[in-house]
Order: sequence, then C-alpha cells, then structure tokens
Amino acid sequence: MKQLVILSGKGGTGKTSVAAALAHLASQEMRIVLADADVDAANLELVLNPTKVEEHQFMGGQVAIIDPQRCTLCGRCHEICRFEAIIHDSSAEGVEAYRVDPLACEGCAACVTQCPEQAIHSEEQQAGLWFRSDTRFGPLFHAHLFAAQENSGKLVTMVKQQGRLLALDEGRELLIVDGPPGIGCPVISANSGADLALLVTEPTVSGIHDLERILGTVNHFGTPALVLINKADVNPAHTHGIEAYCRSKGIALVGKLPYDTVVTEAMVHGQPVTQYQPEGAMARALREVWEQMRKRLNGAG
Amino acid sequence: MRIAVASGKGGTGKTTVATSLALAIAADGHSKTLQAGHEDALNPLFLDCDVEEPNAGLFLRPLLDQREEVGILIPEVDYQRCTFCGRCAEVCVWHAIAVVGRKVLIFPELCHGCGSCGLNCPETAIRDVLHVMGTLESGRAGPIAFGHGILNVGEAMAVPIIRQLKAKHSLAPGQGVTILDASPGTSCPVVETMRGADFVLLVTEPTPFGLHDLRLTVQVARDELSLPVGVVINRDGVGDAGVEEYCAAEGIPILMRIPLDRRIAEAISTGKALVEALPEYGPLFLDLYERIVEQLASRQEAR
Repeated sequence: MKQLVILSGKGGTGKTSVAAALAHLASQEMRIVLADADVDAANLELVLNPTKVEEHQFMGGQVAIIDPQRCTLCGRCHEICRFEAIIHDSSAEGVEAYRVDPLACEGCAACVTQCPEQAIHSEEQQAGLWFRSDTRFGPLFHAHLFAAQENSGKLVTMVKQQGRLLALDEGRELLIVDGPPGIGCPVISANSGADLALLVTEPTVSGIHDLERILGTVNHFGTPALVLINKADVNPAHTHGIEAYCRSKGIALVGKLPYDTVVTEAMVHGQPVTQYQPEGAMARALREVWEQMRKRLNGAG
Repeated sequence: MRIAVASGKGGTGKTTVATSLALAIAADGHSKTLQAGHEDALNPLFLDCDVEEPNAGLFLRPLLDQREEVGILIPEVDYQRCTFCGRCAEVCVWHAIAVVGRKVLIFPELCHGCGSCGLNCPETAIRDVLHVMGTLESGRAGPIAFGHGILNVGEAMAVPIIRQLKAKHSLAPGQGVTILDASPGTSCPVVETMRGADFVLLVTEPTPFGLHDLRLTVQVARDELSLPVGVVINRDGVGDAGVEEYCAAEGIPILMRIPLDRRIAEAISTGKALVEALPEYGPLFLDLYERIVEQLASRQEAR
C-alpha cells in the first residue's frame, strides 16, 4: 500500500480539486482509500458526494474548570497561566471571580497542580467528529473539527490512521491524503508516513514563496516530492521560474494545468473535473499527471 | 480599530484584500494630512498573522529593520539540584519530559511551554530557556507600520508566534487602524488572530468550497468569539449563488464585490497589490473601510 499526500503551502492552489481528479482516475485501475486531512475546512466531501457509514466522536484536549465553591480568589492560577486563559472578572458590585476561557486554555493543567485549594480540574472536551463514508471511488475518511478547537494535528492523525488500517485490511493499493494549507502541525501530521508528496503550486509570488517553505518541510521529514503547477498560463515567466527552481533542486515536475474556470463549474456540479468534462484540456492534463504519478508511486518505496 | 481578515478556505484573496485595504487607508490618511494639516493621519498598522506562509510583505514590500527570534520557554534541568524524583514527568500532560534513571530527557517538539514542570519541581531544579520556533520582523512600508512572524520550517506550532507578534505591536502609539491578515482554516491560529479584534472581514468566493468554509469561519468569529462580521465576495461571477443566499439568510452584510477578472489574477501573480495594479480600486477599498466603520457604529448604537 502506498500513501500519497497532496500539499501546497499556500491555500487555494487547487489541492482538493486535484485530489478529487486523482481519486477518480486512480480508482479506475486500482482499489483506493481517501482521507481528507484538512479537518478544519474539509472540502473533499463536496465533490465526492459521500454516504456516511460510521460517525465517531473525536475527543480533543483537556480544558480546566474552576469550582467557584472552592475558589478563594487567591489568583495563583491567573498568575501562572502562560496562555492568558484565566480571566479575572470583577463586577461593579465588587463580586470577583476567576473563570477559564476554553478557547485560550491549552489543557496543560499547570493551574490544576498549582491551585492550593484543589478547586480546579481538567475535563476532556469533544473537539469534533470523524466519519467513514462510501464514495463512488472508494471509502473516504473525513472529519469535522468543531469551530475554534485545537488539536487539528491529532484529528488528522486519527483520520489517516483509520484510512491506513482499512487499506491494509482490505488489501487496497493506494491511500490518497488531501492535505491542509500551511506548514505547521496539521501539515506535519498529514505528511507523516507518506511515500510521496504532490506539491500543488501556482506561478505567483505567493505560490513560489510558499512552495519553497512546503518543500523545506517535506524535505525536513524525508518525504520525496513532486511538483504540479496549476494556473500555469497566468504568469508564464513565473512558471519558467518554478521549472528552473525544481530542476536546480532535483525535484520532478509532473505537469502544468491551465487557468480554467471549468474546475469551479465541476465543483458546483459536485464532480471531479475529469468526470465533469473528460475530453477538456484540464482533464487531459490531469490524466497526464496521473500517468506520471503512477510511475513514481510504483517506483517509490 | 482592529480588523482581522480571514476566510476559512485558502486562496480566496485574504492577503489581496488586506493589503489593498491598508494601502487605501494609508493613501487617504496621507492626502487628508496634506490638505488640512491634520495630525491624526490614519497610519495603519499591518500584522501578517499567517506565520506558516507569510505573504503580505511580498505585496507591501516593507523595509524591515527590526528582527527578533521568538518561541516558547522550555525546561532546562540543573543537575546540581535534581533528585530525579519524577514529579516533572508526572505533571507534564504532553509527555515532553521524562526521567530515565539519572537522566532527564526533554522533547522540545512536544513541549507547549506551559511551565508546569518548573512550577511543580520540589527542588527548583528547572529553569526556562527559549526554544526558538520562528522570527518576528517589523518595519515600515511607506506610511504603513508593518510586522510579520515567520514560523521556522519543521516547527509545528504557529500560535506562540502569532501571540508574540500581537503582543509586540499592541502598544504601538498613534495607530488608527490595525489590519491582521489570518491564515486559512478555522482552528487555533485563526482564533488567535481574531482574538481581541473589533471586526472580522471574511473574504470568500462564490463556490461550494468557499461557502462551506465561510460557514465554519462565521461560527468561529460571530458565534464563538461574538465579533461582528462582514463579507467580501472575490471572483464574483464564478460559481453559484450559494454564498449570496447564505449571507441574506444569516443577515451578514456583503461589503464589497471583486469581479472574476483574469487581469487581477495576472497582476497579483507579479507581486503587485490590487490597488497598485488597478488604481480604480482605491476608492472601492476606501468605501469598504467606511462600511466597516458604519457597521461598528450601528452595532454600538444597538447596544
């Protein structure tokens, strides 16, 4: 079983649209599993029309809770919290209280251990849901992190692990992971264990800047990378620049996609673009990309 | 006034809108100062809080003359004092510190810098040392005061960098407007960027992905943080009517529309700010700013 992760650094370069198209193409010749690792803005389900088979609670981190009955207002928790998560309220009537801002609380329990009255305890919070769904291309593992929750990296790991287990269990050949933007914790979680990373970029100053950083990140963790340039004709000079950059770094370029609003049309119709308009220039280019990817995946590992 | 610019979905034009808004406010403040000899020119402060992929500087091209390394405080053990009692490991919920025989192992990549180990050490054998995770840089782009944070490649936690970026610039005097450019998504880095803002400007595109992620961002900004929100629709004309219908149903004001225009995509690809490439947008961004001010004023009245 091979694991492919799709990343970009910069958001909105087309990761999910490419992931959906690759899922469509790959599923015609092998048995695949899909994982949407962008758990705080999960969009793959919007083009795969999944049917939910399982739903599970995701327990995220701990949050501190102060028992006002026991609190003597000594202020020790407020003094030691490094996350500004303990709020000191004092009303006009002179009523004082300490409370926890659950969005700021990291769940470190420093206050729990330091409270002289044992008035604080930690409680595990449900931070989201994860699902196993069926799609026409194969099983999809996806999740919804609740608004403003932490621990997206942990949820990404959960979604991927489930996908991996199912793939191994059913002898499926490929796990496609649609990654989040950025280079931080959820990206590191999405990348871990991948045999190959496909980096989707665009020929803009931001796209190039962010490509360098995501490439640095996957290199740091030792994942081989391939580059795909989306909207390549928006700025041919920058596209050449990216090609030269990739050559200088010894990174293979697997293709270039045109700037084409057909991708958005396909999204509105809830389909990968390779299915929505199979004979268009975009679908043709994506089939080329898949050919390249398949060769690389067969060679990798 | 602090305006956070967010989107949920990536690549909808957050940085495009944030940078042009700052430039339009700065240009207006400048011309008012010239005309009336005003002292209270609106010199905006711009903070790029997308520390994983900070791009606003590419468009504003600030002269950066201040630089400092930032990170979190992690433990260091004084072996003269340590008795290997293991209390530090017991209280660390991240398992970032372990006592093995007569050695204390510290795992900086797991540490959140909460300080619990040091607070609970009975021998006061633990002190804090800075674990560098990134850099803050600041300077000026013409009249705009500018700051951004850069998370080091391979580091996981963006929030401490954002927190320190905001703390560093919180006392800067004479700033009328602060614009905070958020990262994509809806989790902790975005929450940290929005915290303490007066208004959240949501930049979206009229597509199913744009709408799906807009809903989630509204949940964070309006429902969890109780902040007023307004929407900018970018690439207006592509996609479908979903965003429009959603905003109408939720009573969320649409404050600006930027049409789908390949010229804009091309200009931005070269690193030009939108108001620089297409100056006719200058007054439109000033309108946007005035609408935000009106939104805030009417909210104050309603109270």
